[in-house]
Amino acid sequence: MKVVVCIKQVPDTGEVRIDPETGNLIREGVPSIVNPDDKHAVEEAVVLKEKYGGKVTVITMGPRQADAALRECLAMGADEAILLSDKAFSGADTSATSYTLGSAIKKLGEFDLILCGRQALDGNTAQVGPQLAEFLKVPQVTYARKIEITGGGLKVERALEDGYEIVETRLPALVTATKDLNIPRIPPMDAIMDAYGQKEIITWTASDIDVDRDKIGIKGSPTRIRKASTPVLKKGQIEIIDGTVEEAVDTLVVRLKGKQLI
Amino acid sequence: MQKETDRLNLDEYRDVWVFAEQRDSKLRGVALELLGKGRELADSLNVKLVAILLGNNVADQCQELVSYGADKVISVDDPRLEHYQTDIYADIITRQVLTSKPEIFIIGATFLGRDLAPRIARRIGTGLTADCTGLDIDEEARLLVQTRPAYGGNIIASIVTPSVRPQMATVRPRVMKALDRDTARRGEIINIPPAIDEKNIMVKIVEIVKESKRSVNLEEADIIVSGGRGVEAPEKFRVIQELAEVLEAEVGASRDVVDAGWIPSTHQVGQTGKTVRPKLYIACGISGAVQHMAGMRESETIVAINNDPDALIFQIADYGIVADLHQVLPLLTKKIRQSMEER
Repeated sequence: MKVVVCIKQVPDTGEVRIDPETGNLIREGVPSIVNPDDKHAVEEAVVLKEKYGGKVTVITMGPRQADAALRECLAMGADEAILLSDKAFSGADTSATSYTLGSAIKKLGEFDLILCGRQALDGNTAQVGPQLAEFLKVPQVTYARKIEITGGGLKVERALEDGYEIVETRLPALVTATKDLNIPRIPPMDAIMDAYGQKEIITWTASDIDVDRDKIGIKGSPTRIRKASTPVLKKGQIEIIDGTVEEAVDTLVVRLKGKQLI
Repeated sequence: MQKETDRLNLDEYRDVWVFAEQRDSKLRGVALELLGKGRELADSLNVKLVAILLGNNVADQCQELVSYGADKVISVDDPRLEHYQTDIYADIITRQVLTSKPEIFIIGATFLGRDLAPRIARRIGTGLTADCTGLDIDEEARLLVQTRPAYGGNIIASIVTPSVRPQMATVRPRVMKALDRDTARRGEIINIPPAIDEKNIMVKIVEIVKESKRSVNLEEADIIVSGGRGVEAPEKFRVIQELAEVLEAEVGASRDVVDAGWIPSTHQVGQTGKTVRPKLYIACGISGAVQHMAGMRESETIVAINNDPDALIFQIADYGIVADLHQVLPLLTKKIRQSMEER
């Protein structure tokens, strides 16, 4: 079973703090992590390999530093790691990203399964998975919470707003992972040491994969960011309800009734 | 941005399209919300608002779409379209988009919409902006300005698709306002035969399981009562549940109590959990980590109950009570129950 896992290195936004003076984000010193959903994808790939044999390749597009995210996946049990790193890739939207990842996966050759995290912590688009599936013309199953290999195909439980559905698909296919899929392992120390020592990260630039230069990076992105701003966190409207607990509760009930909320 | 504008003849693309999501042959709220927004966009561009509806036995939903603002409805009605399947829906819709050439196409950012839209956008080769909370027309440039939060709601980005059409976006449910239903409105209804190529169906549904009413539906809740570390222990979550019960509310939670295993992750509100926008959000013993606030800051009214007066949650709350939640909540539950019985 040949599994390719697409991952992204993201800033750990859970660690972001707010400057109490300005209300702005303090971004300095925020650690980078493997995107949480992607870790579930890596875990599932490694579980499948342990069960059915084969090979797990992790791939990411990002700056040189994304190397660290790949090493973490190697420590979890991935066999091979590929870093797509080139100035020409930068500024890519989800469409250009899926094209670039897809082109690299084509270079890797045959695969049975592609796993992606459902969405990334920073952008939260959940688009690269389905766009990549479309680019590679393989079936997609999003929001997986359980994956089973059946004779020649996959049976997947996928989450819905008010329940779930069980679907079957053939291989090769692309599946996006949710948190409910599994619990990512914490790699043992020797595996971490190996990932940093023995194992090698393969780096590919734009010239290493067969891509049309007009379709990668910002140039290849149909969407453009016009403006980005930090929203004001403070509403500044708060009414702190004083008094005894009983008085405060009474006042709150009056306020909520006044707004017809209760 | 200007350089590529002549790649497509943008003037060939007209009209605003809305994907009319249905479930069990009934339109979902998001479809009506999109029509409300779509109407505004179409009016400022002076074009038609078109709804595209796929489903089974949806004939009577077509007039509904008109009543809520559509000028034209494209309906594809077939038993095989009863349940959403990526391959079939993407095939049919892509074909219609390529033939009719809308300039804007918006889809609800639901589970279904976020599975479908990227597949279509990639096939057409156009851009797609995810989970928008604002849509406006830049009339001078005749562009759709798509606003969305990123970085967990800590950054708001304005995004445009300058040189490719249609301009596609998914739109967060419960953000846009539906118009009032006007059954006197008249519109054109077009039925398209469902050209389904069975060979293209790569994924088959085996079973659909609706989880009981007790399952958590935070995204659509009008009221959410949420608990954090301040609840102190898993068994003490009962006070949160009791308040939620009298309010017919859903129970939410912060990441740290989910991580601690006090409550299942389906209750988690925040960047790594669910993004919610209820009418009323009652945060109990929640300090207000950025990642939590990113998921609930757009709630209409926020009440914070916390014994730490410096808790960040107070910065975005409308009403605050600085006290122990275990004293406040039982009393609040009792008073609300009383006031409801009086009615």
